[in-house]
Amino acid sequence: MNGKIANVGIVIVSHSPLVAKGTADMVRQMVGDGVPLSWCGGNAEGGLGTNTAGILEAIEAAWSDHGVAVFVDLGGAETNSEMAIEMLGQPRSGLVAICNAPIVEGAVIAAAEASGGASLAKVVATAEELSPS
Amino acid sequence: MQTDRTLILGLIETCREVIAAHADHLCELDRAIGDGDHGTNMRRGCDAVYVDRDRLSGMPLAQALEKIGLTLVMNIGGASGPLYGTLLIEMGRKLGSNAHKTNFAAIVGEAIDAVARRGRSQEGDKTLLDVLYPVHTEMVRQSALVRIADTAKESAQLTAGMRAMRGRASFLGDRSIGHVDPGASSCALLATAICHYLKEYRPA
Repeated sequence: MNGKIANVGIVIVSHSPLVAKGTADMVRQMVGDGVPLSWCGGNAEGGLGTNTAGILEAIEAAWSDHGVAVFVDLGGAETNSEMAIEMLGQPRSGLVAICNAPIVEGAVIAAAEASGGASLAKVVATAEELSPS
Repeated sequence: MQTDRTLILGLIETCREVIAAHADHLCELDRAIGDGDHGTNMRRGCDAVYVDRDRLSGMPLAQALEKIGLTLVMNIGGASGPLYGTLLIEMGRKLGSNAHKTNFAAIVGEAIDAVARRGRSQEGDKTLLDVLYPVHTEMVRQSALVRIADTAKESAQLTAGMRAMRGRASFLGDRSIGHVDPGASSCALLATAICHYLKEYRPA
């Protein structure tokens, strides 16, 4: 959808719709419309949880040919995001990376980096500097 | 093809029934060491497969397994969706590419390894793998279906003594000990139900 935008896209995946949306709001406040952004929160019924179909839609909505960085909270969000990325199929799945970083801080810092036109690798590396290795 | 149809339909119904009958108990197990939604999630997945049963049972077994796996991924949610989904998707793919020299136990073994990779976990981590691997061992030994079912049940119970190494239960550390793992429990229920179904199953 946003394939023409030169900046890396950001996707936020949380078990909670409120956390996902709230994080996206904070990203927007920081970078406005400069970065393709989407979120997925909760299970298919709107309760706490994760759902692969929703994550797939979020990745499509924040798509950039320059890559998409995904931020997740707990285990199921990560596993379902990996599944969704695989379902994109190659070569697109190779353009999406899950960041090992705190969801809120990671997404905001990554978006700031992405809004300056940084590559996916640089965006991911900047967010992951937040994680103790 | 008619054989596949009856078999696929029977297995879909059997799995849905056993999960529906135990969904509350699975949620209860999950409340103790997780987020309490395992039964609800599994039921949602099995219901989605059941709704699609006419289309699925019209497919060759390999293709049906792959599609059922995909449906589970899209509908279970939680970590279980990708794990159960991967198991069936891989079984379907391996069976499809290997149709002429089918060693079903070997196919199941490879699919279980794929589940372990997906969850980045291994035997002893207090997950469904602690049921899948012992079941696989019995399959390789060509044990009777009753024996495989018993192994599944016993293996799930043994997870009570384990400390969770993966998933949300791992946050509890030693406090996860003493509780049966919900994923291992649903896996044992499904394996047992499938064994009982196959024991009665007579191809037309």
